[in-house]
Amino acid sequence: MKVQINGQEKELAGPLTVEELLKVENVKMPEMVSVEINGEILDREQFSEVIVKEDDEIEFLYFMGGGACGLY
Amino acid sequence: MDFTEQQIERYSRHIILSEVGVEGQEKLLNSKVLIIGTGGLGAPAAMFLAAAGVGTIGLVDRDVVDLSNLQRQIIHQTKDVGKLKAVSGRETINEMNPDIKVIEYHTFVDSSNIMDIIKDQDYDFIIDGTDNFAAKFLINDACVLAKKPFSHAGIIRFHGQLTTYIPDNNTPCYRCIFKQPPPEGVVPTCREAGVLGVMGGVIGTLQATEAIKYILGLGDSLAGYLLTYDALDMEFRKIKIKHNKKCGVCGDEPHITSLIDYAQPVCDLSTGTIKG
Ligand SMILES: [Zn+2]
Repeated sequence: MKVQINGQEKELAGPLTVEELLKVENVKMPEMVSVEINGEILDREQFSEVIVKEDDEIEFLYFMGGGACGLY
Repeated sequence: MDFTEQQIERYSRHIILSEVGVEGQEKLLNSKVLIIGTGGLGAPAAMFLAAAGVGTIGLVDRDVVDLSNLQRQIIHQTKDVGKLKAVSGRETINEMNPDIKVIEYHTFVDSSNIMDIIKDQDYDFIIDGTDNFAAKFLINDACVLAKKPFSHAGIIRFHGQLTTYIPDNNTPCYRCIFKQPPPEGVVPTCREAGVLGVMGGVIGTLQATEAIKYILGLGDSLAGYLLTYDALDMEFRKIKIKHNKKCGVCGDEPHITSLIDYAQPVCDLSTGTIKG
């Protein structure tokens, strides 16, 4: 299925949860990331439940500061 | 207010802009901006606000200038190493523009002092130029509770981001995006950290732009957006952010009604370890 992640189109295999998506996308420190789907900020507690759907627009928003962010 | 001939010349490139004019320049000279942290972000923000003629600038910092700061904190000079940053900042500002009244606060912000500092001069706009999560959440909560507009920003490596908070405008705050600081132990040691010097210049200058626009009532602010900048891809993205009804400080049922001092590990760059 096709989704947009941070403005870039991506082809993903099968339905998957946000938690799984963070793994697939190789996000090194998921604790340092907020996730917005179609304009709504998710609760961290929802990461294991919310299923990513075709055409979803997903933004990974990274904590930045204190010499750290979730990008690495 | 009457401009001196020197002021008319100094600010002529502002005054000639129909969106600014004499009236706008007068607004700037009568305005007060508080800059918390005079480092990578605060230094360029302070320089441009001073050059623009923002009449009162508060500088909050308890640090002294270190040689390793000079790679990006352009308000401080080699001769200032060892000097309190707020003093060094005031001296540079006044050499550049003697019109500016600089108020120094030789302290780090915490829950006991931030409200007093914000209210000290009834600042019009606040710039978060800090580098740690504890201060960022504190500044956010204080500005939301005190109903003060502010600019949040962060920089790391080749990345930067910023957003603007405007009270009473259904604007999302920093906590709407990031519910709470990352858990302890997740934030990597400072050995892994680094930042391209110009990142603070780009993002801090954008913070100054937001302050000036707010004071002049010009254009559209970044309220409701997170602007991200990737210097390697040379890409800016403006991400729409909605107000979060579940936000702890500005949501429908806020549970944060007083300020919180989060623990903040302090980096010792000489050893690459974390203290405190
Ligand atoms: Zn909020």
